[in-house]
Amino acid sequence: MTEARPRSETRPAPGGEPRFAPGDRVRVRVGDPGHHTRRPRYVRGQRGVIVESQGPWPLADESAQGLDPRSEVVYTVGFAARDLWGSGAHTVTVDLWESYLLPAEPETEEGDRER
Amino acid sequence: MSGDHASAPVAARVRTLEARLIEAGLITDDAVDRVLAAFLDRADPHNGARIVARAWTDADFGERVLADGTAALLELGFDTKGRDGKGYRLKVVRNTPERHNVVVCTLCSCYPVSLLGPSPGWYKSLAYRSRVVREPRAVLAEFGLELPGEVDITVWDSSAETRYLVIPVRPPDTEHLDEAALADLVTRDGLIGVAAV
Repeated sequence: MTEARPRSETRPAPGGEPRFAPGDRVRVRVGDPGHHTRRPRYVRGQRGVIVESQGPWPLADESAQGLDPRSEVVYTVGFAARDLWGSGAHTVTVDLWESYLLPAEPETEEGDRER
Repeated sequence: MSGDHASAPVAARVRTLEARLIEAGLITDDAVDRVLAAFLDRADPHNGARIVARAWTDADFGERVLADGTAALLELGFDTKGRDGKGYRLKVVRNTPERHNVVVCTLCSCYPVSLLGPSPGWYKSLAYRSRVVREPRAVLAEFGLELPGEVDITVWDSSAETRYLVIPVRPPDTEHLDEAALADLVTRDGLIGVAAV
């Protein structure tokens, strides 16, 4: 099934249009890469809302490995404290590269397994 | 300035590493000092305070700096592009009587050094980084900032290439002060969001 998925569903086209817009509900990919990442553990698998797009930035996961990094859109993503911790009324925003994110719906782990 | 840096385990590691690199002839003491001096040159929380005072006194600038902090900064002669041309994006967030903002970097210690000066030791501590995202109200109270219960809090985790600066609420009874005098009221901790101003 994975082969049948259009590339654009799992990876953004370089320099392409942002995949998400402010207000979109997203989910942070789970899984633990074997290299540097800026996808903090405390938001992995969590649902949040796109606050704004920050434009394209070199993907830190790749530059940290000495690779020539792809540029990807970074988003400010807002999370409710209650979702993250089970309590609290505040909001936490985290800055996340596009490939860290999946649409909140539909609920599938397929994308998570790919990375 | 920042407390207990010299005694931190990482400081000992850095001193050892630096000594080995100098022994091996790969770097010199002078070269390290030059890089550090360039890094910290003009890095001062007064820079951030000037941005705040301008936003307090010039409503149009206040709008522009919230919409695009990186661009508005150029108006005051600050450029977030480093000497390597990479730089960072600046996001300015403004406190109101209804909403308070506070900044952290949970992954390491990202911080706009040129605008806020060298970051304090506590900003890099595991205690601050892990707790402020979880219980900001309690952490702020420990800094001496007791927020009324109805004030909403947003914690900004600088996990990518944006650096954050907080515009505090302008203190009451400051109408008579000019921009320079207002800037003198603003502290580094206020710019991070752990103090009222």
